[in-house]
Amino acid sequence: MTDRRSVVVTGLGATTPVGGDVASTWQAFLAGRSGVRLLTEDWAVDLPVRIAARVAVEPTDVLPRVQARRLDRSGQFAIIAAREAWTDAGFEGPAPEAGVDPERLGVVCASGIGGVTTLLANYDELLAHGPRKVSPLAIPMLMPNSPAAHVGMEVVAKAGVHTPVSACASGAEGLSYGLEMIRSGRADVVLAGGTEAAIHPLPLAAFANMMALSKRNDEPERASRPYDKGRDGFVLGEGAGMVVLESAEHAAARGARVYAELAGAGISADSHHIAQPDPVGTGAIKAMHDAMTDAGLEPSAVTHLNAHATSTPAGDLAEAVAIRTTFGTAAERVTVTSTKSMTGHLLGGAGAIESIAAVLALYERVAPPTINVDDLDDEIALDVVTGQPRPLGDGPLAALNNSFGFGGHNVALAFRRS
Amino acid sequence: MASTDEIRRELAEIVNEIAGVPAADVQLDKSFTDDLDLDSLGMVEVVVAAEEKFGVKIPDDEVKNLTTVGDAVAYIERAGG
Repeated sequence: MTDRRSVVVTGLGATTPVGGDVASTWQAFLAGRSGVRLLTEDWAVDLPVRIAARVAVEPTDVLPRVQARRLDRSGQFAIIAAREAWTDAGFEGPAPEAGVDPERLGVVCASGIGGVTTLLANYDELLAHGPRKVSPLAIPMLMPNSPAAHVGMEVVAKAGVHTPVSACASGAEGLSYGLEMIRSGRADVVLAGGTEAAIHPLPLAAFANMMALSKRNDEPERASRPYDKGRDGFVLGEGAGMVVLESAEHAAARGARVYAELAGAGISADSHHIAQPDPVGTGAIKAMHDAMTDAGLEPSAVTHLNAHATSTPAGDLAEAVAIRTTFGTAAERVTVTSTKSMTGHLLGGAGAIESIAAVLALYERVAPPTINVDDLDDEIALDVVTGQPRPLGDGPLAALNNSFGFGGHNVALAFRRS
Repeated sequence: MASTDEIRRELAEIVNEIAGVPAADVQLDKSFTDDLDLDSLGMVEVVVAAEEKFGVKIPDDEVKNLTTVGDAVAYIERAGG
């Protein structure tokens, strides 16, 4: 354990429903702003759910046109977030110009569903105009690893380019994979995160038919309300988050700013049900426990937790029970936030965005609020931050980020700062 | 039937749309892949768009012979575009 390499976060990048970059996203989090809107597209009219959280800044307003047309929307998000994270870490240009050995640079960009809008748009073309009109770019755009591959080509990453897929845990699994790449010695620097672009009538109809989505169509900004008694499902969001993970030695050698240490990861599987959380939360408890053990943290050292809490009646409660069981009496010291109350649920992007929120909570020493908690569910029994942001105080701090996915995937990440 | 230069100009618009190179750069002696930022996938896009624009068929076997813009214009003229 003692000779294991420490891994630090040195760059952050994001495009989210509340901001086109990390700074605007973080300001929106502190201000408690919702990114959920009524969908105005014609196709939304007949859907039972007509609300979603689109990115605040359209990627085609940011990317060159020719580059944008060769990327699935999820790839557009990933490129935007990756560029910001790379620059934020102090790197300029691709790896060889930025002073990073390409053979020691990796990319992990997770996805929940892959290029689903590209897939469906090309199927529409096939039906309407025949096979000749299916784009030769369809496969390289829709494959789930496409965003990772494009990010890898942009920065010239040769240590390995990967795409974990574990539904809504994917983004957090992306960070855990990056952590392992550095710890195992395969890489010194890894651009890691996740992306998703699935706001389309088919996924919306499918999630709605699972009874997973909020139907609060008349109050979009109030629809995502984790921990509130009136919560009735999640709101589909989109966007990407990418972070630069770096071995502590590599970061120190170039004098990089360190936001926080990614000190540990815990991963488990429920083996219970394809879409329902294990009501006892055994897998979630194991993930949180293992993340803290991996990080060498006692539960009493954890001051903040960015919860998975998607605003579903069963999921929020199951996670709350798991948190209380994991922390015991120390749960009283953990300030809990669900930023999904503002962003909606970014599926494969969620774990990455929420890790960025957890990292910034440590770096800025303040926890953003969970919005729309008008009537806190008594059964939750956690210190949920509501209203104003909550200062986290001086001295060493540690935070967990939880992400759970359909299929029973559980990932907890542990961050800390001195 | 369109003139050689009309075909070239319309092809130039297609290449501009797909590869982003200025339409004025799309001249008869230019190579699609060496001069005009088109990879093999972009070339397929150009071919499909040209088929639609000029009402011709360009079989897959023929595409490998279309190295330059001039080759493509000549083929489209022969095919009755």
